[in-house]
Amino acid sequence: MIEISHLGKKFGDAEAVINLNLNLVPGEILGFLGPNGAGKSTTMKMLTGFMNPSSGHVKIFGHDVMSDRIEAQKLIGYLPEGAPAYEEMTTQSYLGFIAEVRGFSGLEKKKRVEEVIVKMSLDKVVHQKIETLSKGFKRRVGLAQAIIHDPIVLILDEPTDGLDPNQKHQVRSLIKSLSKEKIVVISTHILEEVTAVCNRVIIISEGKLLSDCSPHELEKKSAFYGAVSIEFHVDVDLNAVSDALISLSEVDKVQVADGLLTVYPVATAKLYTVLYNFFHQNGMFESKKPTAMYLEKGKLDDVFRQITQGDAA
Amino acid sequence: MNHLFIVTKRELSSYFVTQLAYVFILMFLILSGVFTFYIGDLYERGQADLRPFFGFHPWLYLFLVPAISMRLWSEERKSGTIELLMTLPMTRSSIVLGKFLAAWLFTGLALTLTFPLWITVNYLGNPDNGTILASYIGSWFMAGGFIAVGSCMSALSKSQVIAFILSAVVCLLFIMAGFPMVLDIFEAWVPLRVLDGIASLSFLSHFQAISKGVLSLGDILYFISVIAAFLLATVVVVELKQAN
Repeated sequence: MIEISHLGKKFGDAEAVINLNLNLVPGEILGFLGPNGAGKSTTMKMLTGFMNPSSGHVKIFGHDVMSDRIEAQKLIGYLPEGAPAYEEMTTQSYLGFIAEVRGFSGLEKKKRVEEVIVKMSLDKVVHQKIETLSKGFKRRVGLAQAIIHDPIVLILDEPTDGLDPNQKHQVRSLIKSLSKEKIVVISTHILEEVTAVCNRVIIISEGKLLSDCSPHELEKKSAFYGAVSIEFHVDVDLNAVSDALISLSEVDKVQVADGLLTVYPVATAKLYTVLYNFFHQNGMFESKKPTAMYLEKGKLDDVFRQITQGDAA
Repeated sequence: MNHLFIVTKRELSSYFVTQLAYVFILMFLILSGVFTFYIGDLYERGQADLRPFFGFHPWLYLFLVPAISMRLWSEERKSGTIELLMTLPMTRSSIVLGKFLAAWLFTGLALTLTFPLWITVNYLGNPDNGTILASYIGSWFMAGGFIAVGSCMSALSKSQVIAFILSAVVCLLFIMAGFPMVLDIFEAWVPLRVLDGIASLSFLSHFQAISKGVLSLGDILYFISVIAAFLLATVVVVELKQAN
């Protein structure tokens, strides 16, 4: 497991990370959210032994990253921000170099390199210099070097940044396909990524841990969570519908926009069923002819803003 | 030990993948030729030896070696690969030493490729080949001193230009330490023992003995300690940079 206790980092007077406490167990895929400059990358640099903390400790399966750095680093696969690589090398020689450093030689080295080339679909660029590769390929080379030794801890700093939707999908599938015994930490500011791959989310801002829960729980914090949107043709008088709905005890408030009603529930009301029955009983499906009716999921963007800026969503 | 070899191999091959290796070797050969024949008057001296050739080495290294060493760390820092390198399970010292060895072996190769000069003097006369071999070894160790200084300076800065200038200046100080113009400044107010100390730090005074063919253990030990001291300093600088 990863134990982070009282972790702090100061740059001069500026505090980048303040008293961070966190335990991660195998099987957890942690989404590390926060605005730019929140301290995400700094934390990852400290987890991987690149940067020394100003205070506190990080232990990777019992190995302190400061006092027992090399043993800790053997367990970690790391993709630094921007996926830096020795650009003058070819994909193959670069991955070969990483494999050698990771202690593989001969046939085992060859096998490991071939495996990650297949896994990350790099076969077309094996003999190409990394400097000539597109951003997507570079990112995949970076991921390939991170997983070449099948690490039990995988730390990925913005793994899908700059990738197109297909490539993002591929990277996410890869992360999800990793064995259940691993700990994966992904930093990102793409919120959809969190719901797509993570089973735990933390939000930090200005170096402080602000939220720690599952993506589902995070969605629940959104005012949108459990709301129902109903679409109508533009010529329907929505104010009348709105007035009718607001009288329901399960409805908290109704928002009216062009051809769209958004109905917010009180507390834990199951609004969709309530509204469906109401429309059905009052013949409104025939009279108002709604074109669509659907349950809203929480909007992570709102929750994110709410938590990191303290604004009401 | 194994990591040392892996790092050295990667660094060394990167010299050849980029054009750096070829440009450096070509320049080294051209300049050492120019120095030896035109400025050093190899022919006119009428002696079959390579003293003019070796005599210019400190000056040749002064600006060619920083050109090699400036990239050792600055480039890693600039491109971000330092983060990759430092998070791989290797000791800092094997990385520092591996990078140094790559650069040192590379200058050794450049030095070896000056062998046509050796053939020339052997064709022209009967030089003392033992002296020439001793000078080659001495020159290589001096190059090692320059590289170690350059490695430390490169670790200090993200900018290769700054690394180049810093190493050239520090190396110049090491060369000049034995010169009258530097020693004269100190002569008036510094005790003789200190003056000797400053003079003994000079690359030049140690190398001059070597270039005359006197390969004393003391001179080689001097260059080895310069190398060791600056590589140790490099490890310290790398560790300190990590804290920030």
